[in-house]
Amino acid sequence: MTELTKLTIAGARDALRRGEITSHELTDALNAAVDGADRLNAYAHKTPDIAARQAKAADARLKAGDAPDLCGIPLGIKDLFCTEGTASQAASRILDGFKPQYESTVTSQLFRDGAVMLGKLNMDEFAMGSSNETSAYGAAVNPWRADDGVDLTPGGSSGGSAAAVAADLCLGATGTDTGGSIRQPAAFTGTTGIKPTYGRCSRFGIIAYASSLDQAGPMTRDVRDAAIMLRAMSGHDPKDSTSADIAVPDFEAMLTGDIRGKVIGIPREYHVDGMPGEIETLWTRGTEMLRDAGAVIRDISLPHTKYALPAYYVIAPAEASSNLARYDGVRFGHRAKLAQGDGITEMYEKTRAEGFGPEVQRRIMVGTYVLSAGFYDAYYNRARKVRALIKRDFDQVFAEGVDAILTPATPSSAFGLGAMKESDPVQMYLNDVFTVTVNLAGLPGISVPAGLDHKGLPLGLQLIGRPWEEGDLLNTAYALERSAGFVSKPGKWW
Amino acid sequence: MSIDTDTARRVAKLARIRVEDEALPALASEFNTILGFIEQLQEVDVDGVEPMTGVTPMHLKRRDDVVTDGSQPEKVLANAPDAREGFFAVPKVVE
Repeated sequence: MTELTKLTIAGARDALRRGEITSHELTDALNAAVDGADRLNAYAHKTPDIAARQAKAADARLKAGDAPDLCGIPLGIKDLFCTEGTASQAASRILDGFKPQYESTVTSQLFRDGAVMLGKLNMDEFAMGSSNETSAYGAAVNPWRADDGVDLTPGGSSGGSAAAVAADLCLGATGTDTGGSIRQPAAFTGTTGIKPTYGRCSRFGIIAYASSLDQAGPMTRDVRDAAIMLRAMSGHDPKDSTSADIAVPDFEAMLTGDIRGKVIGIPREYHVDGMPGEIETLWTRGTEMLRDAGAVIRDISLPHTKYALPAYYVIAPAEASSNLARYDGVRFGHRAKLAQGDGITEMYEKTRAEGFGPEVQRRIMVGTYVLSAGFYDAYYNRARKVRALIKRDFDQVFAEGVDAILTPATPSSAFGLGAMKESDPVQMYLNDVFTVTVNLAGLPGISVPAGLDHKGLPLGLQLIGRPWEEGDLLNTAYALERSAGFVSKPGKWW
Repeated sequence: MSIDTDTARRVAKLARIRVEDEALPALASEFNTILGFIEQLQEVDVDGVEPMTGVTPMHLKRRDDVVTDGSQPEKVLANAPDAREGFFAVPKVVE
């Protein structure tokens, strides 16, 4: 029997059903692994008591028979999800002490199915970042290392989720993705992460960053686990008016690995300047794997690609400046100590200056600026028009028969924590160059580990699918996963 | 378009974030880097393009106009930094 902490969700599910293991044993093993991995800083809040209680209930349910797939499966939950009675602070000081009085829809569905929560996972503050370094808890650390032994970023914003899955500190984790926050960390840690179509998962109870772009999704060891977890997370929710009332298929049942005749687009605009040769090579290899599996490869053009990041850095900050206006020191979280004679304006200004970190402050203020009188048309409205053009690019290639699009997931492998400290903010933003288009167009995208670079660090490939066709996308990803045969794991040093 | 320290001060004020005077020049310079990056959008021909309002075509669902939630003041106030007698408490607003 494989070591308990190394099981996949599918493997654990089957072993639980056969009575070979109990959720109690599995949860104990993972709690111990979590306690031994404080060096990685993946968990911001551990919840072993909740996990023990849920595992006990899951074992009873499994014994009674007919339990859902996730029954008894220990998961980590990104700190962005509100979990009733458990700290949920989006890795921000401004939500210090906040304990939600309600449960997010996604976590309530996971718990409905019997999943076990091991704790809340580290992330970039309010999901704004690509390296986990903006977190009020300090950065999570990538379990992968090169020979030089330097601490690397697990990516961001779902860096704690990625680190926890890669280091066997949970069997799967929830993530959220606004510009690449599931797919980039998955690529940096040799794990699998899917951002579904906008509207597939309810956003209710997920602390908002940019509401027209935010989507939740699973981060797992492999494609099958992503299919299992995504099904449980998806579905219509009356509490989120943008959640789609569309049936959720059994994604796992769609994993046949047969992609014969599928048309895979290779977008020429994704060959960006300065991209390492290793990434180009990996992309070419991925293309060959899909061709060998019977897919038809077609060169395509998505002409507005280069404008995706600038459009994102208007739209996302604009929405953030509006969403984060609620953190004012009145209803929840931190309130600054006031001086004699301070009025309500001083309370707002001091609270927000103390509570928000520099990157969050920067994005709020950029958003405030692009929405301010005189600039609204030049920036915000123009960005929304460019967004429409970016979506039109995708609509056209899909209308011409393309089933999925293959691209690199990131422009590099994981970089050192602190390595970007001296760079201007835009350098960090470039991490999302391949992923951000997918959020702007509302499409599903998945990152699949596909190889190692010369330093022995994982690299990922991204597949982009048609709206609502996550099942087909997961199947293509499954075929790619089987051909790539990525089985490397980080050596345990922590 | 270049942002000076006065504009940076005004934006910070609008966003209700206290920024000390000595931090304003660095903030203005960061804004300029980001806005320089955003400036590329001016190259795009957007004539006749409608600004996107929703990425997925969908109609807002309607529901019966009935009360669906409420009557839980304790829960609403549970996380307040300062709550008194069933209210959020804040510094004096009106003299």
